[in-house]
Amino acid sequence: MTVWNISPEEWTVIGLSLQVSMAAVALMLPISFAFAWILARWRFPGKLLLDTLVHLPLVVPPVVTGWLLLLLFGANGPVGRWLLDWFGVTLLFRWTGAALAAGIMALPLMTRAIRLSIEAVDRRLEDAARTLGAGRFRVFRTIALPLSLPGILAGAVLGFARAIGEFGATITFVSDIPGETRTLPIAIYSALQMPGAEAAVSRLAIISVLLSLGALIISELLARRAGAGVNSHVL
Amino acid sequence: MSFDVDVTLQRGKRRIALCHRAQARIVALIGPSGIGKTSILHMIAGLLKPDHGHVSVAGEPLFDSGRRLDLPPARRRLGYVFQDRRLFLHMRVRDNLLYGCKPPSSLALDDLAHFLGIAHLLDRWPGTLSGGEAQRVAIGRALMSDPRALLMDEPLSSVDPRRKTEILDMIRHIPDISQVPILYVTHDLGEAHRLAAEVVMVG
Repeated sequence: MTVWNISPEEWTVIGLSLQVSMAAVALMLPISFAFAWILARWRFPGKLLLDTLVHLPLVVPPVVTGWLLLLLFGANGPVGRWLLDWFGVTLLFRWTGAALAAGIMALPLMTRAIRLSIEAVDRRLEDAARTLGAGRFRVFRTIALPLSLPGILAGAVLGFARAIGEFGATITFVSDIPGETRTLPIAIYSALQMPGAEAAVSRLAIISVLLSLGALIISELLARRAGAGVNSHVL
Repeated sequence: MSFDVDVTLQRGKRRIALCHRAQARIVALIGPSGIGKTSILHMIAGLLKPDHGHVSVAGEPLFDSGRRLDLPPARRRLGYVFQDRRLFLHMRVRDNLLYGCKPPSSLALDDLAHFLGIAHLLDRWPGTLSGGEAQRVAIGRALMSDPRALLMDEPLSSVDPRRKTEILDMIRHIPDISQVPILYVTHDLGEAHRLAAEVVMVG
């Protein structure tokens, strides 16, 4: 019974994890869509380089990504100093920083899923729309966007799942501050350091598995819908 | 003059060309499969750029390599009925028909749907239509965009043979209701005769 007795602190952890992950997806969705569109539709020198850069967080050790974020967004980092001077805000040791770290880690997966759905859009339909008098923006808004929408949603859910599980970059960038940056994986790690917290570890671990599982299933179902069941998977 | 077309496109070793000034309201472009008829229609519609030449439809210059004129497809006002129809599967038939419609349109949706025999299909999704029904919707969508001409690429290629005559007769009467000339691509001379079209041989 004690396994399911979730304490107020643990509810805070769960709430914070959801908040951080949703913010990460909201922040990165337009960015990953832009990258996905550019990679799917544009031809330019250096495209391979951009493709590699977008995928970098997938292969670089997360602690390195966190360290790079520290360099950039730290009090002495170029972006961090600019944010502090102009807006009086800092991401360091804040949940917003955790969202940024989780978003960066989710970016490659989101971009991949969205790119696949953009590539699956039948360009001949866009040609048909053009012959019917639609300009570039209308073609995008009425044809490309709705047809790739299931893939965009799949990317968002997949990014959410990745953000829920983010640990290395987050703890390096914003540390472990209860109520501010202590998300599910960080809370599990902290609980593991304490003797007698096995029940808490089990509870939080089960919750993170269920959240991730649910998100992955939703993401896969959306992706299958995007490709009408044909060769369209994110898993 | 309905169509004044003189275009050339080199694709590897293959040369696709057409030079013709047509007067008739319905012009049939005839030639064997693979000769480049679809490419010619694409060049007229602006979906493919000719190496050089000019295209004028209903007296309006749309492309002229000499004058560096090259209107984008959206501004050519040509209703293109594709061989593979290209209906928007995520929109109902009504929204497909209205996609290119800019009010005030000279054609009312209900009148056109009645003329094409698709009035009962307006709330259906394109994926549920038969070949003949989808073709009529594709023709309707092109007509609703208030085009200066219709380009039709083998519109009967995947239509039930029994329905072909019916649709051909309907196409023959399109210039009567909408005043638009038609450039009709086919490999079947019989279809051209049925349309009483001016025949242009390609290749």
